[in-house]
Amino acid sequence: MGKIEWAMWANEQALAAGLIYLTGGIVGVAGQFRGWQFAAFGVAAGCFVCMLEYPRGKRSKGTSVARTGQYCFTVCVKAFGPLTQNYYVRALLHAALSVPGGFMLATVLGCVCLGMASLIYLSAAIHGEHWEPILLTKEVKTAVGESIKEPPSNPPPRPPAELRRKRVEDVEGAAYVNPMPVITNE
Amino acid sequence: MGNWVVNHGLSTFIVVWMGINIFLFVYFFLLYDSSDRFLYTRHLLGSALSWARAPAAVLNFNCMLILLPVCRNLLSLIRGSFMCCGRSLRKQLDKNLTFHKLVAYMIALMTAVHTIAHLLNVEWLNNSRHGVYDELSTTLSELGDEQNTSYLNPIRSTTTTPTMFVFTSIAGLTGVVITLALVLIVTSSMEVIRRNYFEVFWYTHHLFIVFFAGLVFHGAGRIVRGQVTTDPPHNTSYCKDIPDEWGQDPSCPIPQFAGGFPQTWMFVIGPMVIYLFERLLRFIRYIQKVTYRKIVIRPSKVLELQLVKNGFKMEVGQYIFINCPAISPLEWHPFTLTSAPEEDFFSVHIRSAGDWTQKLITMATCIMPRMGVDGPFGTASEDVFDYEVSMLVGAGIGVTPFASILKSVWYKFKDSNPKLRTRKIYFYWLCRETHSFEWFADLLQGLEKEMEERGMGNFLTYKLYLTGWDQSHAAHVMVHFDEDTDVITGLKQKTHYGRPNWDKEFEEVRKDNPTSVVGTFLCGPEALAKTLEKKCVKYSNVDPRKTKFYFNKENF
Repeated sequence: MGKIEWAMWANEQALAAGLIYLTGGIVGVAGQFRGWQFAAFGVAAGCFVCMLEYPRGKRSKGTSVARTGQYCFTVCVKAFGPLTQNYYVRALLHAALSVPGGFMLATVLGCVCLGMASLIYLSAAIHGEHWEPILLTKEVKTAVGESIKEPPSNPPPRPPAELRRKRVEDVEGAAYVNPMPVITNE
Repeated sequence: MGNWVVNHGLSTFIVVWMGINIFLFVYFFLLYDSSDRFLYTRHLLGSALSWARAPAAVLNFNCMLILLPVCRNLLSLIRGSFMCCGRSLRKQLDKNLTFHKLVAYMIALMTAVHTIAHLLNVEWLNNSRHGVYDELSTTLSELGDEQNTSYLNPIRSTTTTPTMFVFTSIAGLTGVVITLALVLIVTSSMEVIRRNYFEVFWYTHHLFIVFFAGLVFHGAGRIVRGQVTTDPPHNTSYCKDIPDEWGQDPSCPIPQFAGGFPQTWMFVIGPMVIYLFERLLRFIRYIQKVTYRKIVIRPSKVLELQLVKNGFKMEVGQYIFINCPAISPLEWHPFTLTSAPEEDFFSVHIRSAGDWTQKLITMATCIMPRMGVDGPFGTASEDVFDYEVSMLVGAGIGVTPFASILKSVWYKFKDSNPKLRTRKIYFYWLCRETHSFEWFADLLQGLEKEMEERGMGNFLTYKLYLTGWDQSHAAHVMVHFDEDTDVITGLKQKTHYGRPNWDKEFEEVRKDNPTSVVGTFLCGPEALAKTLEKKCVKYSNVDPRKTKFYFNKENF
């Protein structure tokens, strides 16, 4: 399928799964269903997955479009270093988080959706992808006008060497008036 | 406000659609919430019954609609039959993809409500079966255990769990499967995936087959049950308080229940058949032979293909789908036709924009593979000749439909075709760099010459905007300022630099055409569409004697 970056789709799927897991969990807890403890876990897991997946990773080719307000999440996710960068870890994490959802009806859908996301992340990991944060790099700009304080790098413009060479045959013609008064240092 | 309505014909259609949705929701909600037939069902389930059945009705309606906006041949057919019925009706059909997405969002939302309500229902049905609630609930749930009685509670076993029930019933199993399919379809249709990894979007979207298959069988289990009349009748208002006397009291025979007849298939079978025909038509067209007349590789990685196919007939600005089995057997990609209907071949200009196009351009240097062509399909550009005055705006490769239009203008002029109602065309081409001009410059040069020869220099006014200029360009232009033709394009009309000042342009058009209806056509980025739409609204006048601007956008 060409240069597909599986992680991009896995990210969308995982975010959706997180929301579904969370919603199912809320229904289970609010309705006081049998096995509501699994639903409570679903709420926590759903929130966690949403926060982990909200910051979009940088695409290896092309422009990456960040989600609104994802900067704080990017910083948090980046802080965990290799744990969040590696997609094998993510695949395993999502698979593990999805298992308790299967024990209760309200969270079953969250479980299967997160399981799908885990599989897509596995595919991403096998293809050698990893998560890179989208962070704006600050460009170093020298203020305009600073260069005036540095010494000149080029000599001043002057006529070509042939004209400057002293003409012995026409000393009178070669003379010129100095534009600046030449004052000797006594 | 009036100007806004003039340019937003689609809104009426959407308002009607939304109205039907709201009506269906409220009608079925009230039906299940207050009908006597479901009194006992409501006792077990509360209002969650209505909250599940109302979205189900809306889902039936929308699942019927979702396939129709992508039946392009059907839309072309309707478009064709509306040729007599005015512009605004045909404009509705341009925004088919927008409508498809809108219906998809509605399906997703209703699925969420429907699923949550049924989660509650299953839990409460299970609890009722376990005798957790009052005597009436337990009695109702126990109905059907003996012979010659019908059950109300679809959970028959007293030892099952909600999860087990869902996965062993038709409705539950199909429900989970189709919801998973829906989630996968939605996530792979997100803009970021669709624009950059088209193949993932296209292949995953075919899960809709799973979706519709599951949907049709979803109601087969008939698990939502209502009371049926018995002889002698069962008086619910009296009998509901004495469940232990049912069967003994003469006015309270054992109540009988039956599930509703599954209806979804009635809604979706029509569109499914129509869509099947669409795909069949595509397959038939694919088998038809397409021969190459000429292949040209233009600068800036643009490939021009001139093709010939038996019985192929097109209109200006239409598009076709191209399939190349050597690259990918299942992918069909859309391209606007750049040839005029008056020519004996049809051509497309393809730019390298992704895997598929890149491979095609690479293959073009050696031997060209076999191709399939589907179409042509109609778009807004067909209307260009109906407006007295047309403003055509093309950005970058978005100029392609207008290449077709301008060529057709040229031919119609030569033949003095009376179908040409247009008396003035303003053409704006926005481009980032100069290379892309070359293949189009030939066309414009030809037109320029023709117009001068016939003394019709003021029929077409075109302005070219180089939006990616830099210092060296500016220096070059300064040096050649006094020359007659433009340094970049060789045309008499000088190239402008930077983006157009749309206020000035619209003002100029309005001044030159004080009483006309002006059609504005754009093929380009969304941001530009928004700008132009705003300007159309701003410079239109509701007074029918004054200038009116109508905006048409084409996008893939």
